[in-house]
Amino acid sequence: MATLKRTIGFWISIVLALILFVVVQVLISGEILNSFYVNTLFFMVINIILAVSLHLIIGITGQFSIGHAGFFAVGAYASAIMTMKLQMPFALALLVGGVAAAVAGLLIGIPSLRLKGDYLAIATLGFGEIVRISLLNIEYVGGASGMTVTHLTTWPWVFACLLITIIVIANFTNSTHGRACISIREDEIAADSMGINTTYYKVVAFVIGSFFAGIAGGLYAHHFYIIQPTNFGFLKSFDILIFVVLGGLGSMSGAVIAAILLTIVSTFLQDYPETRMIIYSIILILVMLYRPKGLLGTKEVTSFFKLRRAVQGGIGNDNKNTVA
Amino acid sequence: MELIQQLVNGISLGSIYALIALGYTMVYGIVRLINFAHGDVFMIGSFVGFYAVTSFHVGFFPALLLAMVSCAILGVCIERIAYKPLRNATRIAVLITAIGVSLLIEYGTIYLRGAQPEAYPSTVLPDKKIEVLGVTVNSQSLLILGVSIVLMILLQFIVHKTKIGKAMRAVSHDAEAARLMGINVDNTISATFAIGSALAGAAGVIFGIYYTKIDPLMGIIPGLKAFVAAVLGGIGIIPGAMVGGLMLGVIESLVSGLGYSLWRDGVAFIILILILIFRPAGLFGKNVREKV
Repeated sequence: MATLKRTIGFWISIVLALILFVVVQVLISGEILNSFYVNTLFFMVINIILAVSLHLIIGITGQFSIGHAGFFAVGAYASAIMTMKLQMPFALALLVGGVAAAVAGLLIGIPSLRLKGDYLAIATLGFGEIVRISLLNIEYVGGASGMTVTHLTTWPWVFACLLITIIVIANFTNSTHGRACISIREDEIAADSMGINTTYYKVVAFVIGSFFAGIAGGLYAHHFYIIQPTNFGFLKSFDILIFVVLGGLGSMSGAVIAAILLTIVSTFLQDYPETRMIIYSIILILVMLYRPKGLLGTKEVTSFFKLRRAVQGGIGNDNKNTVA
Repeated sequence: MELIQQLVNGISLGSIYALIALGYTMVYGIVRLINFAHGDVFMIGSFVGFYAVTSFHVGFFPALLLAMVSCAILGVCIERIAYKPLRNATRIAVLITAIGVSLLIEYGTIYLRGAQPEAYPSTVLPDKKIEVLGVTVNSQSLLILGVSIVLMILLQFIVHKTKIGKAMRAVSHDAEAARLMGINVDNTISATFAIGSALAGAAGVIFGIYYTKIDPLMGIIPGLKAFVAAVLGGIGIIPGAMVGGLMLGVIESLVSGLGYSLWRDGVAFIILILILIFRPAGLFGKNVREKV
């Protein structure tokens, strides 16, 4: 009984999520939603997965990574190679995309996570650019003209990936490991002196974050028919960063809400890309000047309902600017 | 001979990187901020020079001066509006603001004038080929190199021999102590932004003349590479930025000379990651121990 009481919030959210799944599935199969909305919905979910995966790295562990599009690209290309060149099933391709991105995260994480703050940011940025330039120069994946990919992404796949991402990252955050990561965000030197292996936890967070970015990449590649290195530039990394910053560094629900809102905004502004970027940048500057902790700070949406003690992602005191 | 030719090209390119890198390094030295908008100040400088030459039909030097002055003003405005209110905020907040300012300048420019590229008029500087010991040297690249060297000497003079330069060195050493000694820290920081941005503006005009094509997003890649140059030399150290810029330019030219021109942009970032891993303080930097 006690276990049920403790986990009731979890089960309620699972049930709600399944209801959402069935409703959307009915809407799609009944063709009530036209393809434009379905497209936007898929794109939104991919953005949410990206935002949540980056949230683990920046919001929870406090490591400022601005090369997330690099992992996204690795996942997209790895899964596309699996399905298009090696004729593997989609599920395996998604998994391989995630694993490839995780390996990339491990390779780049071990050396560069010794760096702090600004230097880490620049190293990850450099990594993102190296991935993009390499993809441009590899003929096997089509170089600049990109790679055509069959459309395999369907709503059950998208939804399953989203659900798994959120459950894994939420549970990670609430585990011993997650607490260790939060302590690194709060004060790395203090965490170190309390016996936490900071490098290990930073790399773990980085690898998990990259894994889910790779999964998002796989979904993206099999949804948009074609992938090109230009889709994974520097601006894509900033897009993801904006979700996390706007939602609140350290708040997963904040990142999700920001991803949903900004995807809707950018869909409406699709025909005016400059206006979209101007609005984005002004939002970014104003948020940093007047509300540097983002929309929700380190709070979660659930903490407003008091169903359970506010534990996710943060330690009560959210007036403090905690990162870096 | 091919090698020497590539070296000459590399030095011209490197002097442009060095001019931009100086702004990065000075700003970082004084406020510990990676000014992502610096590459875009460089772009604005290039466009100011372009419009000065095409609309007002001025010569190279007035255009250069005009670009430097406008960029200095722009740099001070950016600092006052976006960075000054965040003086005591977290590093990450300032870094994100810098990214925001950078995007705003890029897309603001596209919004105002469109994304189409422009071609710098080739009549701005005389273009003669000079043969020196079998190596063809373009008179433009000689002039570019000359202008860069003069600007760097001027910068050294300002930093080491003038009152504002002394204030800048004091603030970068210890802002609190400098304030106690009666130095106006805010004005000194603004002056640093002004000088750094003016150098970026000059680099913009030079870049335009050297590469002829300019567009509103041109600042991103040279900006990032100049940052790599600054890190290579040791960020916060002025001679480091010069050497780092020249080295990066030469390495890039050699890589293109070897036939890997598509990988040119990648090389800069590989150097960056290597230097960050093996010698994060840069070639000229000292390792600083962290105290709690």
